[in-house]
Amino acid sequence: MSYKYDESARYAKSHEWARLEGDVVVVGISDYAQDLLSDVVYVELPEVGATVSAGEAVATVESVKAAEDVMAPVSGEVVAVNETLEDTPEVVNEDPYGAWFFKIKPSDPSELDALMDAAAYEAFVAEEEAG
Amino acid sequence: MSEPFIYELGEPGRHGVDVPDVDVPETPIPAEFVREELPLPELSEADVVRHYVHLSQKNYAVDVGFYPLGSCTMKYNPKVNERMARLPGFVNLHPLQDPATVQGAMQLMYELQAMLAEIAGFDAVTLQPSAGAHGELTGVLIMRKAQIARGQGHRTKILVPDSAHGTNPATTTMSGLRVVELPSDKNGNVDLEALKRELDDDLVGLMITNPSTLGLFEQHIVEICELVHQAGGLVYGDGANLNAIMGIVRPGDLGIDVMHFNLHKTFSTPHGGGGPGSGPVGVTAELAPFLPGPIVDVDENGEYIWKWPEQSIGRVRSFHGNFGVIVRAYTYIRMHGAEGLRRVSEDAVLNANYMQARLQARGDYPIPYGHRTCMHEFVAQGKISGAAGVHALDVAKRLIDYGFHPPTMYFPLIVHEALMIEPTETESKETLDAFIEALTRIAEEARTDPDLLHTAPHLAPVRRLDEVRAARRPILTRTPPAHRATK
Repeated sequence: MSYKYDESARYAKSHEWARLEGDVVVVGISDYAQDLLSDVVYVELPEVGATVSAGEAVATVESVKAAEDVMAPVSGEVVAVNETLEDTPEVVNEDPYGAWFFKIKPSDPSELDALMDAAAYEAFVAEEEAG
Repeated sequence: MSEPFIYELGEPGRHGVDVPDVDVPETPIPAEFVREELPLPELSEADVVRHYVHLSQKNYAVDVGFYPLGSCTMKYNPKVNERMARLPGFVNLHPLQDPATVQGAMQLMYELQAMLAEIAGFDAVTLQPSAGAHGELTGVLIMRKAQIARGQGHRTKILVPDSAHGTNPATTTMSGLRVVELPSDKNGNVDLEALKRELDDDLVGLMITNPSTLGLFEQHIVEICELVHQAGGLVYGDGANLNAIMGIVRPGDLGIDVMHFNLHKTFSTPHGGGGPGSGPVGVTAELAPFLPGPIVDVDENGEYIWKWPEQSIGRVRSFHGNFGVIVRAYTYIRMHGAEGLRRVSEDAVLNANYMQARLQARGDYPIPYGHRTCMHEFVAQGKISGAAGVHALDVAKRLIDYGFHPPTMYFPLIVHEALMIEPTETESKETLDAFIEALTRIAEEARTDPDLLHTAPHLAPVRRLDEVRAARRPILTRTPPAHRATK
């Protein structure tokens, strides 16, 4: 299988993408993640204003197959959530790199450096696929 | 053909019972209690019987055929259980009767508590919880209270391996505690290094399913229990897969502190829509004072009494659990005896290994942990070589056309395209062979005519249901067809 990757984003091992836009980090789930989940039927988002730490489960994405946590890839404050996902969860499948879940104002932007770039993530996905 | 709702059947004036004319003075019902609009259908006895027989004919059950739904232990339920549960002495009891008048029922409960404790190696058992997940909740609340009693009430963390049952993390959250997931290693065991990293002063305990949902016996179970105990934690055993180990090894002897039993799996009581379930919980001597009450005990005169454990977490259910189910499980255990129960587990494991070996030899479906001897179930993958567009879901739906209930799909989550197959001990070699044959034919169909799978089932009362739309845009009310509007 070949999957799409956003070259401008960084990736967590739990398959979230994180894109620095101005001074906020925009977060969604990767094309590989949405393909594994199959049709997304429900998204639960965090509260705006919540303080989160990297690796913490802050949102839920549910398909007909499974419900999975979406982790915060960086620590900080949730400054926006994409409420349109609540009524149209299918955009997570249709446009995974456009369908952002939440935006975090990072307390330590260098945490982004600990994440994989697109090439490293592509190799990681290939490894997962083989396993 | 779709069966109308019973409210859409019948004609005014039709009825099932002829009531004789009143031959005593009538006492009218006060006007305020008389309902003018009572939209109940008016039906003859034949209308009612045919309606429910039609519905039952659309149902698939263990009484109809093979039901290899992994981790659910859909074994055949012997009819002698039903006969015993219907004895008038049991059926006509009331849970509030004076104990002196229900000594027989209390004796049965006392003996079942003792038999379950013996089977799994515990000191005390409660029969109250209504089903497996309810037993888990009871068990984790017991663990929490025991930690508080030890002066360790600050602990909040429960470890759950990624091969555990999906209810375990939910139970933890319901108990007000925090889940940390542990990965599996390449052999399907708990990753011991990951476990050691989480052993700290915040640990309430570990919830482990053994055998796991990969159908594998945890090879380091004794070491895992010791490590958790050394860190001040307790070990919860998910007993859903007890059917693999009865009479062979006792969870309590391995170091498990608390475990639930699924009477509706291991002990052949009705299951799924035929339930209710029953999820007794067994504990070590240290945890016995925290059990929910009341439990049955016997006093010095040999009388059975209701007893409250000293530091009980309280009731988890009204009255005394699902008593009719308890009678069925008791019957099953008495019909088998100790040797028979061991034989149940041996045959369950033998059947699963036979299927795993044959399926692996044919090579159509990958079996990721096929290098290990499985327990009572195994996990194959619905990824057929030469049929890239076909998924586990398609294989499962096509199996319905071959007259089988599909296996558990897409669980455990750590195996892609999982098909979790549990044959149970009650199936013949012919049935197991027929199922393998069907899977082989489906693999051929997947390569030559994949659309046949994508559009399956073809022979069921309904075709492929749109699960996605049902989840995204559910319609939760029914609009009856015009000609069938409520009469």
